[in-house]
Amino acid sequence: MLEAIDLAARRGSSHLFSSLSFSVEPGCAMFVTGANGTGKTTLLRILAGLGAPFAGTVRWRGVDVAPFAQTLRDDVAYCGHLPALKDELTAEENLAALVTLTGESVAASKFRDALASVALERQARLPARALSQGQRRRLGLARLSLSRRPLWLLDEPATALDSAGIALLKRLLSGHLERGGCALVATHQPLELPANEVRALSLS
Amino acid sequence: MISEPTAATFQATAPASDSGAWAGVRWALARDLRLALRSRAELGVQLLFYVIVVSLFPLASTPERNQLALMGPGVLWVAALLASLLSLPRLFASDYADGTLEQIALSPYPLPALVSGKMIAHWLTTGLPVVILAPVLGLQYGIDGEAMAALAAALLIGTPILSLLGAIGAALTLGLRGGGSLLALLVLPLCVPVLIFGAGTVDAVHAGLGVTANLSLLGAGLLVAIVGAPLAASAAVRIALD
Repeated sequence: MLEAIDLAARRGSSHLFSSLSFSVEPGCAMFVTGANGTGKTTLLRILAGLGAPFAGTVRWRGVDVAPFAQTLRDDVAYCGHLPALKDELTAEENLAALVTLTGESVAASKFRDALASVALERQARLPARALSQGQRRRLGLARLSLSRRPLWLLDEPATALDSAGIALLKRLLSGHLERGGCALVATHQPLELPANEVRALSLS
Repeated sequence: MISEPTAATFQATAPASDSGAWAGVRWALARDLRLALRSRAELGVQLLFYVIVVSLFPLASTPERNQLALMGPGVLWVAALLASLLSLPRLFASDYADGTLEQIALSPYPLPALVSGKMIAHWLTTGLPVVILAPVLGLQYGIDGEAMAALAAALLIGTPILSLLGAIGAALTLGLRGGGSLLALLVLPLCVPVLIFGAGTVDAVHAGLGVTANLSLLGAGLLVAIVGAPLAASAAVRIALD
């Protein structure tokens, strides 16, 4: 479903990675590991269509895609380092804004349910600035739980999450894979998912 | 416990329709207005800045009525430009800093539509109050009724151009150190024609020429800016994210 062919990326004049080729099939997750500064985030940004690779192509559903291609913008859910939360808005308003921005029409009651599913129902009316780091991450999980997009690109999703939060993330991921979605997860601590669904990619 | 999407139709997602553009404008407009309402103090500071700048000129120059009436329109326009400039650095920078801009650029809605929504919100929160306050502040300069009406009409057409051009500058200076002052250097020269035709409306009234020519030129400028600025600003946003 997602293919990378001979990808190369640079930061400044130094090579991050080159001749990187892989493919991710529906129902598959790929964990991207590697030391700090090896280009995990850069790879995810390229696949999300936020930047052009130095060389190589990205193919989605069999079609070569350029940065900001409409097919990517219709199909990708990208959760980067930055949580995309507005401190002035409440947790519920933040969630609603992020979900409606993806063009999905979701009933208003669903937002409360999604917040409850990540144990944030009591914080729904609190401004996001009052949330802890872990709670911000959980808000990101609530967003993923409402996402119907087939390709998830998650950058260090387990950071700042407690063990219950990580369990939640695993459940979301395996649910997503069961429905035939695929995911690329940049992480230092690979999550335990059923082995037939998981590939590993190590950048070094 | 986790709400599962019911329809697992990953093979055929709905393509973004034509109404997507309007939905994008609405999304950005509604969100930015809500954010502006949550930080009313900031809006108040901008308006107060406008009021104070306009009020300082009569104090610092001359109480001579004729001279004040001559320079009044120019002062109102320059102050409107500065007030608009004051809030421009934050237009995209706060979204850039917290990652929202990435999500905006990855939205299926057309980026120019989302950017237009932000521009409209910027004008509604900084330009429109300036237009509404102008007749009151004009009293300090003894600008007469007919001239004031012409000036207000010119501000109504001209201040959206300032927001549109300013947004291009704000997008171009994203992520740069000292972007704020660079933004002023970029945007101020571009606004010169707006200032000339805008402040010139009052001269036209006094010379008995009528205001149609000046207002038409401003209107033409506004139309060009409405078409071009969202495209230019979205191109700049994409470059900043790359």
